[in-house]
Amino acid sequence: MLKHIPALTLFFLIGPVLAGLMGVLLPAFGVLPSLGGTSLTLDYFQNILSTPGVIRSSFLSLAVGLITTAISLGIVMLLIAGWHGTRFFKLLQNLLSPLLSVPHAAAAFGLAFLIAPSGWLMRLVSPWATGVTRPPDWLIVNDPLALSMMAGLIAKEVPFLLLVSLAALPQSDLRRKTVLAATLGYGPVSGFFKTSFPLIYRQIRLPVLAVLAYATSVVDVAIILGPSTPAPLSVRLLQWMNDPEITERFRASAGAMMQLGVTALALLVWFAAEQLARRTGMRAINRGHRTFADQSLRRIIAVLAVISSAMVLAGIIVLGIWSIAGFWRFPDALPVSFTLANWSRQAMGLETPLQNTLTIGVAATAIAIVLTLACLEQETRSGKTATSRALVLLYIPLIVPQVSFLFGLNILVLQMGGRANVLLVIFTHVIFVLPYVYLSLADPWRAWDTRYAAVAQGMGHSANRVFWSVRLPMLLTPVLTAAAVGFAVSIGQYLATLLIGSGRFPTITTEAVALASGGDRRVIGVYALIQALLPFIGFAAALSLPALLYRNRRAMRANG
Amino acid sequence: MLKILTRAMLAGCLMIGAAKAADAPDPTNWPNLLTQAKGQTVYWHAWGGEPRINDYIAWAGREIEERYGVELVHVKVQDTGSVVSQVLAEKTAGTLDGGSVDLIWINGENFAAMKREGLLLSEGWANKLPNFQYVDVSGKPTVINDFTVPTDGLEAPWGMAQLVFFNDTAISTEVPTSMEALLEWSAANPGRFSYPQPPDYVGSTFLKQALYELVTDPTVLQQPADEADFAAVTEPLLAYLDKLHPHMWRSGRAFPQNTASLRQLMADGELEIGFAFNPAAASNAIANNELPDSVRSFVLETGTIGNTHFVAIPFNANAKAGAMVLADFLMSPEAQLRKQDPNVWGDPTVLDVKALPAAARKSFEELDLGVATLSPSELGIVLPEPHPSWMVELEKVWLARYGV
Repeated sequence: MLKHIPALTLFFLIGPVLAGLMGVLLPAFGVLPSLGGTSLTLDYFQNILSTPGVIRSSFLSLAVGLITTAISLGIVMLLIAGWHGTRFFKLLQNLLSPLLSVPHAAAAFGLAFLIAPSGWLMRLVSPWATGVTRPPDWLIVNDPLALSMMAGLIAKEVPFLLLVSLAALPQSDLRRKTVLAATLGYGPVSGFFKTSFPLIYRQIRLPVLAVLAYATSVVDVAIILGPSTPAPLSVRLLQWMNDPEITERFRASAGAMMQLGVTALALLVWFAAEQLARRTGMRAINRGHRTFADQSLRRIIAVLAVISSAMVLAGIIVLGIWSIAGFWRFPDALPVSFTLANWSRQAMGLETPLQNTLTIGVAATAIAIVLTLACLEQETRSGKTATSRALVLLYIPLIVPQVSFLFGLNILVLQMGGRANVLLVIFTHVIFVLPYVYLSLADPWRAWDTRYAAVAQGMGHSANRVFWSVRLPMLLTPVLTAAAVGFAVSIGQYLATLLIGSGRFPTITTEAVALASGGDRRVIGVYALIQALLPFIGFAAALSLPALLYRNRRAMRANG
Repeated sequence: MLKILTRAMLAGCLMIGAAKAADAPDPTNWPNLLTQAKGQTVYWHAWGGEPRINDYIAWAGREIEERYGVELVHVKVQDTGSVVSQVLAEKTAGTLDGGSVDLIWINGENFAAMKREGLLLSEGWANKLPNFQYVDVSGKPTVINDFTVPTDGLEAPWGMAQLVFFNDTAISTEVPTSMEALLEWSAANPGRFSYPQPPDYVGSTFLKQALYELVTDPTVLQQPADEADFAAVTEPLLAYLDKLHPHMWRSGRAFPQNTASLRQLMADGELEIGFAFNPAAASNAIANNELPDSVRSFVLETGTIGNTHFVAIPFNANAKAGAMVLADFLMSPEAQLRKQDPNVWGDPTVLDVKALPAAARKSFEELDLGVATLSPSELGIVLPEPHPSWMVELEKVWLARYGV
C-alpha cells in the first residue's frame, strides 16, 4: 500500500493539470462540438493576435514576471549577504514572516490606498507640508509601466523567498564560508555571492521559478494595481472567459494557450539568464576582486527591505482603519468618525463562508499531510529519496498558470457528469496545497536524526511503531507548521473554489472578491483582515500546540 | 423525447429533491406550482458587490422560506458574464437537467446572448406569474423590451435603473447638463471627470449616453448596429472623446474600474462628478458614509438612458418551480416597496403604482426617497437603451482607440 503512495500523489497533482490543459487545448484549435466547432483551425490564434494591444499585454506580463522575480531574489540575497546573523536581520525576519499570511489581494488594496495621490501617505503630509487640499492628478496606481504592480508583487514575494532561503541556509554552511571569505579579505556581500550564493540558489531554484510563473499570470494584483490600457494578458484572458458572447469561448481558450506560452517564455528567458549569470559569475570569482561597493549595497538593501515590509504593514493597518471608518475625506489623516457598523453588518453573512473555508481548508490540508507523510515515510523505508525530476513534477501545479487549466478542468468535471460537490473542491485545493506542504515538511523530515529510529528498532519495535511513537511526535512542530502553510494556501484559493464548486461553496476569499467588486474600502477592510487573520491563527496554533502538549518535556519544546 | 425523459428520470433517481423536476412547472396553475416548489433550494446567482443589495436578497430568502418553504442561496458573483459562461459550460457538457444555476440577475447583452443561444427556460413563464398583473407594461416599456430585445416572458422584471449624475454642492453648484457643457466643464476643471473603463457596463452606458446626444438621428440606435453605417454614426462620438480625454482624470490614461471606484474617487476628492445607474445611488452613498451629505443628483437636459433589470431561469435549472416562486415574490408590491426604500436599497419599482390596491399605493406614495434622490418628475426624459449590438461594437472601437 505505502509503496504506491508516491505514484498516487503525483497522479493527484499532475492528472488534473494535464486534463485541464486538454480541456482548453482542443477549443483553442476550434474543436468544441457542442458549440459547433468540429474542425481544426488556427483562426482563433490569428484572432487573438489581431486583438488590439494583445502584444503589449503579453509583453507586460512577461516583463512584470521577470523584473519582479529578479528584484525580489536580489533583495533577499543581498539581505542575507549583508545582514544575516545581525539583530537587524532577526528583527526584519520577525517583521516579514507574518506578511506571508496576508493575501495578495489584501496587500494590493492596502498598497493602492497608501500610494494613490489621495492615499494615506499624501493625507499624512497634507495640507501642512504639501499645501494641497485637493489630491493632485498623478498617475501612480495603474501606471502604464506597471511599476506599482511590480512594487506590490515584490513586497509580497520578498517574505516568501526569504523564508525558503532561510530554510536552505543550514545546508549551505553559510557561517563558515563567510568567515573564510572574510579572512581572505572579501567584503561580506562579495564573499557571499562568490561562495554561498550558488549553493543556496540551487536549493531555492524551484520556488523562484514558481514566483516567476505566478507573477506572469497573476490576476487580482494586476486588476488592483496594474495598468488597464491595456491590462496584462491574464486580466484580459479573464475578460474573454467571462464574455457572454458564446463564441468568445474559443478565443478565451486560445488566450489560455497564449498565457501558457508567455509563462513558458518567461521561464526560458530566466534559464538563459541563469546561464549568463553562471558564466559571468565564474569569471568574477576567478578575477578575485575582494569588494564591490559592499558597504553601500548593504545600507541600500536595508532601506529597501524596510520600506517594502513597512508598505505592506501600513497597508494592512490602513485597511483596518477603513473597516471601522465613518466618513473620511481628503486630506484628513483619520476618519471624522468611527463605527463598528461595517463589522456587525458583515458578521451576519460570515457563518457559511467561514464554515466552508474551514471545512475545505482542514480537509485539503489533512489529505495533503497524510499523502506527504506517506511519501516521506516510503522514502525512508525504501531508502530512495525523491529525485530532482520528481520535485519538478511537484512544482507543475505551481508553474502552469491557474487560469489556463482550471477552466478546462471545470468542463471536464461537468462532462464526467459530476455535479458541484465539496469533495471535488477539496481535491482541487489539494493540487495547490500539497506542493507547499511537501516542500515545507521534506527538509525537517530528512534532517531528523535516524539514530533514534535505530535505538527504537534495536528495542524490537516495528517500523510502524517507530513512525507513530518516535518520529511523528518528535517532528510534530514541523508537521503542524506544514499544515498551517497548507491551510493558508487553501484559504487563498479563489478560481479553484469558484469554478470547480460552481459558486456553491462560498469561502471568505470568494466572498471577499465578490464584495471587492463593489469597491467599498470599509467592506474590503473587514474581509482583508479576516482573510489575513485565519492563516495567522493557523500558524499560531502550529507553534503553541507542541508547547502545550510537551509542556512536561523540555527537550521537545526547544524549537521542535 | 424518450431520451430526455429517461435522462430526467435518471437524474431524478440520482438527486435528492429532484423528483419533481420531470413535470414542468406551470405558472398558470399557481397552487400546484407552490406545492412543487415547497422544499426546493433555489441557487440565485446575483452580483454580490453591494452589501445593501446582499442584505435585501437575504431578507427575500427569509420571507420565501417562511411563506412557501423555499430555501434561497445567494451565490454572490463578481461578473454576470461568468454565470452565462457557467450555464454554457453545462450545456456544452450535456448537463440538461439539475444545473447549478436556478435564477440569474441579468439584463442587456447577457440576456441577449442567453436568449440567442437557447440557454434560458424556453416557455415564456414570467408574464404568467400572478404579480405580473401589476407591472407597468405601458408606462415602462423596457419591462418587456430588454435593450430593445423582446423578453418574450423569458425573464421577470425586477427593478428600474436610470443613469443619474451627482456632484458635491459644497464644492460647486454649477453642473454641466449636456455633453457639450461637460466638455467645457472638464476643460475648466482638468482631471476632475472620468468614466468607468468599458466594458464595465456603466462606462459603456456613458458612451451610449454621449452617442445619443451627438448622433444626428437617434432612431438608428434602435436597430442592430450592422444595419446602420456604424462608422458614420459613431464618428461624432469619437471626435468628442478625442477632445474630452486630455481634460479627464489621469488625462484618460487610466480609468476607474467600475461605478464603485468612481464613487470612491469622488469621496477621495479626486473626481468632482460621479454617475451611477441607480437614481438613489447618491442618497445611498451618503447614508453609508461613502459620500458627504452635500452631494446632490442631476440629469441631462435631453434625458438619460434608463433600463430594466430582470431575473431569468436557465434551461437546465434544478429548482424551476422554486425560482418562479422567488421571481414572483420579488415582483410583489411588498417586496418592490421595500426595495425602493432608500434605507434598504432605493431601487425604483417596475410596478404601476397607480394600479395597485389602495393600501400598497399609499405606502409607495408616502415613501421618502432620500435627500439626494430626484423625484420621478425631476428625473426627466428616460431614453431607451440602444440595441445591444451598439454596446458590443462601441466597446470594440473604444478598446482599439483608447484602451491600448
